[in-house]
Amino acid sequence: MSHADRPVALALRGLCKRFDRPAVDALDLTVYGGEFYVLVGPNGAGKTTTLRMVVGLLHPDAGRIMLDGIDALADPVAAKQVTAWLSDEPMIYDKLTPFEYLEFVAGLWRIDAATAEARATDLIDWLGLGPHAHERCEGFSRGMKQKVALAGALVHDPKLIILDEPLTGLDAGSARQVKNVLRQRAAAGGTVIMTTHILEVAERMADRIGVIAGGRLIAEGTLDELHRKTGAAQTTLEDTFLTLVAEEAA
Amino acid sequence: MSQPATLTWLAGHELRLSWRDWLALMTAGGRSRLRTVVVALIIFGCFVHLFAWWLVAGYADANLAPDTATLAGVTGTLLLSWSLLLSQAMESVTRAFYSRSDLDLILTAPASARKVFSVRMSRIAFSVVLLALFLAAPFVNVLAWRGSAGWLAAYGVVAALGAVAVVAALALTIFLFRTIGARRTRLMAQIVAAVIGAAFVIGLQAAAILSFGSLSRFAALQSDWMLDRVPAAASVVWWPARAVLGDLGALAGVMVFAAVLLAASIALFAGRFGEHAVAAAGVGFGARRRHRWIRSFRRRSPARALRQKEWTLLRRDPWLVSQTLMQILYLLPPALFLWVTFGSKTDSYVVLIPVVVMAAGQLGGGLAWLSISGEDAPDLIGTAPIRAGRVVLAKIEAVLGIIALIFAPLVLAIAAMSSWAGLVAGLGVLGAAGAATLIQLCFRVQAKRSQFRRRQTSSRMATFAEAFSSIAWAATAALASAGVWHALLPAVIAFAILAGARLISPRAQA
Repeated sequence: MSHADRPVALALRGLCKRFDRPAVDALDLTVYGGEFYVLVGPNGAGKTTTLRMVVGLLHPDAGRIMLDGIDALADPVAAKQVTAWLSDEPMIYDKLTPFEYLEFVAGLWRIDAATAEARATDLIDWLGLGPHAHERCEGFSRGMKQKVALAGALVHDPKLIILDEPLTGLDAGSARQVKNVLRQRAAAGGTVIMTTHILEVAERMADRIGVIAGGRLIAEGTLDELHRKTGAAQTTLEDTFLTLVAEEAA
Repeated sequence: MSQPATLTWLAGHELRLSWRDWLALMTAGGRSRLRTVVVALIIFGCFVHLFAWWLVAGYADANLAPDTATLAGVTGTLLLSWSLLLSQAMESVTRAFYSRSDLDLILTAPASARKVFSVRMSRIAFSVVLLALFLAAPFVNVLAWRGSAGWLAAYGVVAALGAVAVVAALALTIFLFRTIGARRTRLMAQIVAAVIGAAFVIGLQAAAILSFGSLSRFAALQSDWMLDRVPAAASVVWWPARAVLGDLGALAGVMVFAAVLLAASIALFAGRFGEHAVAAAGVGFGARRRHRWIRSFRRRSPARALRQKEWTLLRRDPWLVSQTLMQILYLLPPALFLWVTFGSKTDSYVVLIPVVVMAAGQLGGGLAWLSISGEDAPDLIGTAPIRAGRVVLAKIEAVLGIIALIFAPLVLAIAAMSSWAGLVAGLGVLGAAGAATLIQLCFRVQAKRSQFRRRQTSSRMATFAEAFSSIAWAATAALASAGVWHALLPAVIAFAILAGARLISPRAQA
């Protein structure tokens, strides 16, 4: 399916955010429904700031954010209803069990109890959390906590899931499980937007990759399109990425 | 410069860490605030000296005779102070056991762990003694200035009390380790510390209420019954009290005893401290909380889900409960007083109501911080499809729900004695807890619930505003329950504090 046939899941227009210096600088970005989109960029490029503005955790200085056709700045509650956010640091409640955590998230998103319970049970099994579903999260490893947080992000069946470095600190097994869940999500028609520093992950999983530096989108496209842009067809994404960033810095 | 890994070198390292900890605590991490902190400390010092003047200046030149009544009174005061020092020492010792900050480094370094832990225990003793001297200084200074230099001997007694408190805290904590294990010791030690801090005060008040119908702490200590049963004035038991009154022989005895006891304890416990610290470091929470029954999801609105979450988290966190336990424990004497005087047609509620209102304000402030600032998943709440205002409202409802649950029985009992007093108590509790919650709302920060103990460092203005607001509400309730129109004055002050807090809060200035 070409981009023209797909609905726009996320559209950013002229998005700006300034702290002591511009963190995001007139950023335009479009992600289509059912797409797995990966944002890469050097440290401090503005990836996390961009995503935090999209999910409503930061207010932009200027620009527009459209989520599934909803103006996120004008109607944040409606925009949040269709979105899920997962950061690199799993933020869950140590004193709740995964089952209770998912019940709490379902309550926040006003999901019908029976539907939420069925989804929670599926997610817990899918992520291999079954034996620990009724134990408090305080004794969980980082990987298990991240899986609980991911289940929380999916239990309300969001149209758009936005993840900031979700694989940080995960062991190989947990990372594979998370990647599988995300790929299946995109295959089922959900939209996934993710930042990562692990370029192999972007290379293998992304439908399109956006390269961001200095708060601006400096390149975007499929892996082949990015390679062509740098004129080096047989190199890795790492080479292409470093070339693009170096060109931008120059 | 001393040789590396020697006792003096390690002591220098520990002192540097202590100094930097203290500095960070006072300046909340901002070195630029140092000048402000110094000025605030000077003003605070003047204020506490004035307070001490008002409280003890009358005793300075009273030429107190060392009879059993005087010695019992002084000893009671020392025991009261010691219970608070013991509570503080237990906190410090527990923290040292469970802090993993440099444990890996210490245990893998080719230095004697026994030596390192000896120095660490000395550091704890030093900080507790310093705290004791700091707290006692205004009173001792006023007494020495208004009376004679003999009162300065009290500094030595206070230092000795601090040292003995550390010994007791070390022994008690190691006893807990050996009896209930590393996993449970942390929580138990913190609960014991909170209870010890309040137990002596509450015990004396309870004895006074049951025996003499008074809330005074010293009524029981000064009673004929007690004085008939205490040892003679020449007994060694009174040495600390004698030392405070200027007996230099007794002072020397007390100080030597404390120093020897501390040194012996450090020598005895240094090895075990290391073993238990390693055990504490290996403590995980484990998968031990499996629920016996599994219930289905319940249909809940977002606000109800938020309220329920707050209550569940608080109920399941005994550590936080122990941290707020002090305020709840202080309600026991008023409850006992109410029970003893119930139906006796006395106006005892005039004394009770301000205590209850004050406790509601303090407890409300603590719970409000936990609920509003101590959010462990701020991103989840921030990205949920619920208006920010509704989130805050749900959290306020959660706080006031707990306050209502705790204070309703007391308020209802007061209302049964006098409907006017009940109304005043109810409104006072609501006002104090509501104001403390609103102050926390003005000064809210993003923090982890585990940072509760250090919540004061994030905003001293919020801490002071919360304390003064509770005092103003307590005064309002006290005067209103007596039917005096002057109650309007503290009420106006209470609202002014709230308005002032709103005005100077970072959110208003942003």
